Amino acid sequence: MPSYLAGRIGQALLVLWAAFTLSFILLQALPGDALLIKYQNPDMGLSPEQIAEIRASYGADQSLVLQYLHTLGNFLTGNLGYSVSASVPVLDQLATNLPATARLAGLGFAAAVLLAVGIAVLANLARFAWLRTAIASLPSLFISVPVFWLGIVLIQVFSFRLKLIPVINPPEWQGLILPVLTLAIPISAPLAQVLLRSMDDVLTQPFISVARARGASLPWILWHHVARNALLPTLTIAGILFGELIGGAVVTETVFGRSGLGQLTQQAVDNQDASVLQAIVVLAAAVFVVVNLIIDLIYPLVDPRLKKSLGANA
Amino acid sequence: MSIIAPPLPTLGGIGAATATPVLELENLSVSYRDHRHHYSRAVHDVSLSIGAGEVLALVGESGSGKSTTAQAVIGLLAGNGRVDGGAIRLQGTDIAGWSQKRLESVRGSRIGLIPQDPTSSLNPVKTIGAQVGEALRLHGRFSRKERLEHIFELLARVGLSQPALRARQYPHELSGGMRQRALIAAAIALRPQLIIADEATSALDVTVQKRILDLIDELRREEGTAVLFVTHDLGVAADRSDRLVVLQGGRIQEAGRTSEVLANPRSSYTRALLADAPSLALAANGPWRSPVQSATVHPAGAAPAEAGIVVRDLVQEFRTGPRNAPVFKALDSVSFDVPAGTTHALVGESGSGKTTTVRALVGFHKATSGSISIAGTDVGSLAGEELRQFRRTVQLVHQNPFTSLDPRQSIRQIIEEPLLNFGTSDRAGRAARIEGLLERVRLPHAVLARSPRELSGGQRQRVAIARALALDPKVLVLDEAVSALDVTVQAQILALLEELQRELALTYVFISHDLAVVAQIADTVSVMSAGRVVESGTVKDVFLSPRHEYTRELIAAIPGQRGAVGVPKAERPPATHATARISPAIPTTAKAGRR
Repeated sequence: MPSYLAGRIGQALLVLWAAFTLSFILLQALPGDALLIKYQNPDMGLSPEQIAEIRASYGADQSLVLQYLHTLGNFLTGNLGYSVSASVPVLDQLATNLPATARLAGLGFAAAVLLAVGIAVLANLARFAWLRTAIASLPSLFISVPVFWLGIVLIQVFSFRLKLIPVINPPEWQGLILPVLTLAIPISAPLAQVLLRSMDDVLTQPFISVARARGASLPWILWHHVARNALLPTLTIAGILFGELIGGAVVTETVFGRSGLGQLTQQAVDNQDASVLQAIVVLAAAVFVVVNLIIDLIYPLVDPRLKKSLGANA
Repeated sequence: MSIIAPPLPTLGGIGAATATPVLELENLSVSYRDHRHHYSRAVHDVSLSIGAGEVLALVGESGSGKSTTAQAVIGLLAGNGRVDGGAIRLQGTDIAGWSQKRLESVRGSRIGLIPQDPTSSLNPVKTIGAQVGEALRLHGRFSRKERLEHIFELLARVGLSQPALRARQYPHELSGGMRQRALIAAAIALRPQLIIADEATSALDVTVQKRILDLIDELRREEGTAVLFVTHDLGVAADRSDRLVVLQGGRIQEAGRTSEVLANPRSSYTRALLADAPSLALAANGPWRSPVQSATVHPAGAAPAEAGIVVRDLVQEFRTGPRNAPVFKALDSVSFDVPAGTTHALVGESGSGKTTTVRALVGFHKATSGSISIAGTDVGSLAGEELRQFRRTVQLVHQNPFTSLDPRQSIRQIIEEPLLNFGTSDRAGRAARIEGLLERVRLPHAVLARSPRELSGGQRQRVAIARALALDPKVLVLDEAVSALDVTVQAQILALLEELQRELALTYVFISHDLAVVAQIADTVSVMSAGRVVESGTVKDVFLSPRHEYTRELIAAIPGQRGAVGVPKAERPPATHATARISPAIPTTAKAGRR
């Protein structure tokens, strides 16, 4: 087990490094940079020599390799760089924006799981075939809905038509409802599909009819026998969907005009603020990698067969 | 034994001659709905009854309706099935029209089910204890502590050592036999009056099967439970039942006392079923194949007259984990000879090394050491294109005709594939070859355009044989090739194999766990256990005078030895008789193969 853990952590670090390197190369390959945008502005009236001097002070005149090593070293020591456009350390920017996004993403994910489980369980408990089909086809509907469109429709319906939630400066928890829904619905769809599918698979297993032969009812079967077996494939897909969650949060924040990492990303792209983008990419990769690492470590707890068996296995 | 659950008020007195049978079916009819919403009947007017302490065997081939009948009794028909009519009386109460909710109160408490496949019948993520105790939780009002005590008691009752440890273990940590014991413990947890054993031992090795059957017998005797024994295996039915009901196409063909039905079958179907059971034929006129000239066993080392297959000191080791972990010896110095044109059988239980031997024979992987020579070619020295060309010489026929054929190919494509792989001829030549092969395996021309799904199990196995023959091989490796088939189909395929061997001078390596089939088809046999050949020789010598303890055990475990057909036998004592009386004679009824 310790060697397995070490291996998985090593893999995770490798992924992080790759994400860092790739984003670095991509950001450098883009034409222009934040320094030029900020200081070439005619209003500032700086001469080319002065601009070159400023660039040198940021280390932007060094070769790419040196810049890469420099930035990598900084990241490793926890220094995420300096935002040129906002003139504050990137770390500070992240610190102010992360909590709002974390709250949105966390709640969005929880809502997605609830929705998915709800759909799967209701579909399985439905007494009529048509009802079951109707519930089971919800995910296909959800998955084909674009996030930005869904956000706009929700605002239209709940804020403008029904006037349930104010658009401007809503109370904190009320303001979260629509963005969380917007984020949760498209993510719940693949989750529900996988869950439905694996529940179906488990329900055809012989041990299910054996349990029924002991007098178990359908709800009992779903809770005691199906849930844990169907969890494994769902966990895998949940880990992958986490990446979607981060992307979805960016769009959702933009649509609802909420401050957070999404808005920060959007501004950084507008200003070509490479160091901010670099930090956001690495942060997103880190979250993704850690979540999937945790899921990998949860597997053996869910399925005892994945533990290294020491007992007799004749 | 002490009490496992408080006896239910409805429980009939043990051994008491109650007027009402535990289970009584009267004109039970069941049908299934197809995708066009048409109902077609699978069980027609089946009537039977089982008294306390009695064993009734429901035998028949696949599709005979035996499982459907059992499922109807417990109210667990597939979603598209329905009971059309008739009564299912459980101690006089008709439960045929009961709702699922009402049936749930009966299942597990008054009717217990011992399922077929111990591996898939246990939930892999729940402990043994939780599953054994499930019925107690569902029906009883026991405290956690009481329940735990019951579980330990039950596990000990079914012969599992260290019950406390077993209760905490997961299914994958137990062997097949132990799993089946756990399932039996779960089925008897509330001392049901009726146990339905649905092919309960079909997936087990013969020796394990015997022990499990003994256990069910013992429980029945002590508890006075009625047992409905659903099986395709006449041998098991003959050994273990008081009465026999033979089903065909959902109709009762014959019913009566087991001994009488076996000695005096009245219906022609029963007679055919008995005749096709491999070793019944053996018992009739000497089981052994007429000796083929070269079929004498050569002591290891002496080269046989005509080299067929020579295997010498084959060793196969597998790593069990990372670098320093101990190696597992799957094969330990295995040697045998198969003269060309004869059949050699490899027998043994799961894990004995049969399959590993096969994989080395056909060149799927190289053995750790030792040599295999087929028709003069050293298989171990081949690689790349040479190995590919060698595969023409040795062809494999798999156990399961349902999965060894690509469901998306037509039969023509399936048979054509090896011809294309080796580019043997042009289009017209291939078409002619396919026709010839079809004729060889006695399949009508019309099957060519069909897909495997549209064929029966026997037809599929014929297709698999045709495909194997496409490249004119010298050796066919038949890996449990008839085990998944019903006895009558099995008999036809065996006859086909014999005919093909005569005409094409094929050499067979026949892998089987079914000793009766082996006796019928093989010239020589090697008995394998734990990766070693413990005994080998002509089939006759090995079966009639087994020298090794393990061989004797295997032979003794073959079912059907108590219900010898045509041989007068003592009446089976009802509910009191002791362990199996093993006759020293050869097996008389076959185990028709596991599913």
